[in-house]
Amino acid sequence: MKLTMKVNGREVTGEVEGRTLLVDFLRSDLRLTGTHVGCDTSQCGACTVHVNGELVKSCTMFAAEADGAEIATIEGAAAEDGTLSAIQQAFQDHHGLQCGYCTPGMVMTAASLLKENPKPTEHEVRQYLEGNICRCTGYHNIVKAIMAASGQEMPAMAAE
Amino acid sequence: MPKDSGIGASSKRREDIRFLTGTGKYTDDINIHGQLYVHFLRADVAHAKLNGVDTAEAAAMPGVVRIFTGADFEAVGSIPCGWQITDRHGQPMQEPRHPVLAHGKIRHVGEPVAAVVAETRAQARDAAEAIVLDYDELPAVVDMKAAVAEGATKVHDELTSNLCYDWGFVEENKAATDAAFEAAAHVTTLELVNNRLVANPMEPRVAVGEYDRADDMHTLHTTSQNPHVIRLLMGAFVLGIPEHKLRVVAPDVGGGFGTKIFHYQEEAFCTFAAKALNRPVKWTSTRSEAFMSDAHGRDHVSKIQLALDADNNFTAIRTETYANMGAYLSTFAPSVPTWLHGTLMAGNYKTPLVYVNVKAVFTNTVPVDAYRGAGRPEATYQLERVIDMAARELGVDPVALRRQNYITQFPYATPVAVEYDTGDYNATMDKLTEIADFAGFDARRKESEARGKLRGLGVNSYIEACGIAPSNLVGQLGARAGLYDAATVRVNATGSISVMVGAHSHGQGHETSFPQVISEMIGIPEDQIDIVHGDTSKIPFGMGTYGSRSLAVCGSAMVRAAEKVINKAKKIAAHLLEASEGDIELKDGTFSVAGTDKSVAWGDVTLAAYVPHNYPLTDIEPGLEETAFYDPANFTYPAGAYACEVELDPETGHVKIERFSAADDFGNVINPMIVSGQVHGGIAQGIGQALLENCAYDADGQLISASYMDYAMPRADDLPFYSVDHSCQTPCTHNPLGVKGCGEAGAIGSPPSVVNAVIDAIQSGGMNVAHIDMPLTPSRVWAAMHAARTDAA
Repeated sequence: MKLTMKVNGREVTGEVEGRTLLVDFLRSDLRLTGTHVGCDTSQCGACTVHVNGELVKSCTMFAAEADGAEIATIEGAAAEDGTLSAIQQAFQDHHGLQCGYCTPGMVMTAASLLKENPKPTEHEVRQYLEGNICRCTGYHNIVKAIMAASGQEMPAMAAE
Repeated sequence: MPKDSGIGASSKRREDIRFLTGTGKYTDDINIHGQLYVHFLRADVAHAKLNGVDTAEAAAMPGVVRIFTGADFEAVGSIPCGWQITDRHGQPMQEPRHPVLAHGKIRHVGEPVAAVVAETRAQARDAAEAIVLDYDELPAVVDMKAAVAEGATKVHDELTSNLCYDWGFVEENKAATDAAFEAAAHVTTLELVNNRLVANPMEPRVAVGEYDRADDMHTLHTTSQNPHVIRLLMGAFVLGIPEHKLRVVAPDVGGGFGTKIFHYQEEAFCTFAAKALNRPVKWTSTRSEAFMSDAHGRDHVSKIQLALDADNNFTAIRTETYANMGAYLSTFAPSVPTWLHGTLMAGNYKTPLVYVNVKAVFTNTVPVDAYRGAGRPEATYQLERVIDMAARELGVDPVALRRQNYITQFPYATPVAVEYDTGDYNATMDKLTEIADFAGFDARRKESEARGKLRGLGVNSYIEACGIAPSNLVGQLGARAGLYDAATVRVNATGSISVMVGAHSHGQGHETSFPQVISEMIGIPEDQIDIVHGDTSKIPFGMGTYGSRSLAVCGSAMVRAAEKVINKAKKIAAHLLEASEGDIELKDGTFSVAGTDKSVAWGDVTLAAYVPHNYPLTDIEPGLEETAFYDPANFTYPAGAYACEVELDPETGHVKIERFSAADDFGNVINPMIVSGQVHGGIAQGIGQALLENCAYDADGQLISASYMDYAMPRADDLPFYSVDHSCQTPCTHNPLGVKGCGEAGAIGSPPSVVNAVIDAIQSGGMNVAHIDMPLTPSRVWAAMHAARTDAA
């Protein structure tokens, strides 16, 4: 079937099977390979994108369901000139990533969190990240980066 | 004041930019024109006689190009094992054949039985469902002790039993160790399980095979920690492709933790099929496949005994371990419970006698191999748990008992064949006491108790052997490879530098930290230096990244190559400055003649090397590029002290980690930010093992934890902020940077302190619980407390 959607502000069209997942359409058809696949049970969050402003794991949705939708992926997070967003910059400043595989999902999730809750507590950040698994960082520097991106002081234990 | 570049600076990671903007290039991001997709039909039973594979219906389905079965690989080599263990009686281990696709027999759930190659991934998967397997199920061998009992069903009919080897270390110490136990004033005995884990890097494995008929060239793109090792193992032993006709590329790799060291069947299949079909062939693992095909980790069942004299000095340690190999021998599997485990059983302590016995066992389960720490977590866990238990039995402070028995003189030759070059275990324990705020614990415990909760503090030391390894030594121990590493420093005409390194970075940040070293040596900005890794066609050679070896071994090779470059550049500078080579000094990117104001910039010297108009051509060649291979003289020995503080709900058994502190001695540190990050990640994996993670099989050999719905990965809300410190630094004495390695410490050092803390909490509530096996889930903790309460009533 044919579909049309707006991805990172650009209108795109494609033809997919009914069973094609949104993540596969993004990765295979649009070659937007920043969105990753880390599991097959919608647990890991590596494929997290925004659909009409909502946080969505793009493996939980058929591409056809996103017909007509506005999609935002990691490729659209930085400015046109390459300047990183405040969240992206905080991840680099605070070493919030290692292998980088979960990172796009983490950044998209953090963006939603800070939109909903601009000054989250540490507890709220950790709760919000429940759907995103990172195997490298132990989450310490991810939580720290998100708190920093929200402009808050670090708790003493996060100093290191 | 912290430095802003070079050695010791927390330089921000340059690789982050591509990962943060979605422009990293992982193996699954590679798509080659005309590529086909393979789907593996995997066994859904643990053990069966495979009579036939009927592919007729599947082969006729849309898009199917070809279906391969075990018969197609009869002329192909076995997936090789890289380490041969010699048993207590001088006999080599039993080593079964490991086919690319199962043939004649199925030996574990998840074993690939057939491979469907089709135009699309969906077509391959659809057709696989139409394949009919004809098999007779056999009793599954799952429990290790039952596997080696008389009359057990054999996993491999051609072997004499399911016992791979029975290893004793040091066999000559056995009688003296037994005698020391006879003479002991106190003996503490602990039986425990080191739970089976799945490494779970977030990127599942991927392989893309390519073949170019015009020049008979094979290329494999794969998610590997060591592309040269894959080239050697697959080329020489499986497919018979000489090195110059096989290129292995490991681009950005999304985490490894050991499980991407090994050579897997899917890599051999894609390389083989690409030539057979003359089209690229791609395989992308699903997470479900990863659970049943990535090598698992740990899975030891051990009994450890500690003998003490009347003054509480440790006099002997004796262990007996059953180590699960799974159904086949993965690349480094036999070395994990032996040389990476037995040699660390002395720990940080001056125990004069140690005897380690390990029985490695075949079962109908996924192969088990190295996972972050590999053998050292298993040694540390046994030792640090039995010491804690001894302290409780004797009524002494567990920290004081450790300090009393610490090794304090270096170098120190242990009774298990290794020599620790340097260390200061009291210094890390002093630092831990401070950062974990032991002094405030009683007040925190009272506060918890006021809320009806129990609070516990657990402490342990650890030591590990990293920087793997001196080749002549590991050769004697059964390694079928050398474990040196290599680097080429290529200086370009205008002075910028490309460094080709054998280490592979998959989260460790080499692209940032390695240039810091070169920048420090030459005095040019870090951004003038790039690291190239992960492609056998671009780098000289390399044994890859594992065992916390990258900086200690490959970094040393890089330093040696850079030294050669600097020596040659000094000759050129001496010529340009009309001075004696011995008077030339290099500082901040400028060569100068000692005691004069004559100087020449780095870039002018490098330009002269490539435009040699005014150049000592009779003495040296043009160009500026040098390669070095570095073979370490010894292992390195990072060590430290860890503390965990938990709050336990006595009603539910739920454990919450309140504080976690780590004081490590990694020797010199290049990038403290990256080192802290490595420790954080290791701690999270260690806490995961202790509280959450468990790879479980049922009695029929069915894997019942094969998704993130069933295998509990640590998530952000399971974990606290960690307090980590690496200011205690006793530099390694035998490598040029004085570095020891930091990648595995967190995973090695953390499980015992978590369990020690939970036991401390339970006992503080008056319940006599001596031990609970990991993972300490609420149900296990509650059951242990309930049994103790019932016993007491």
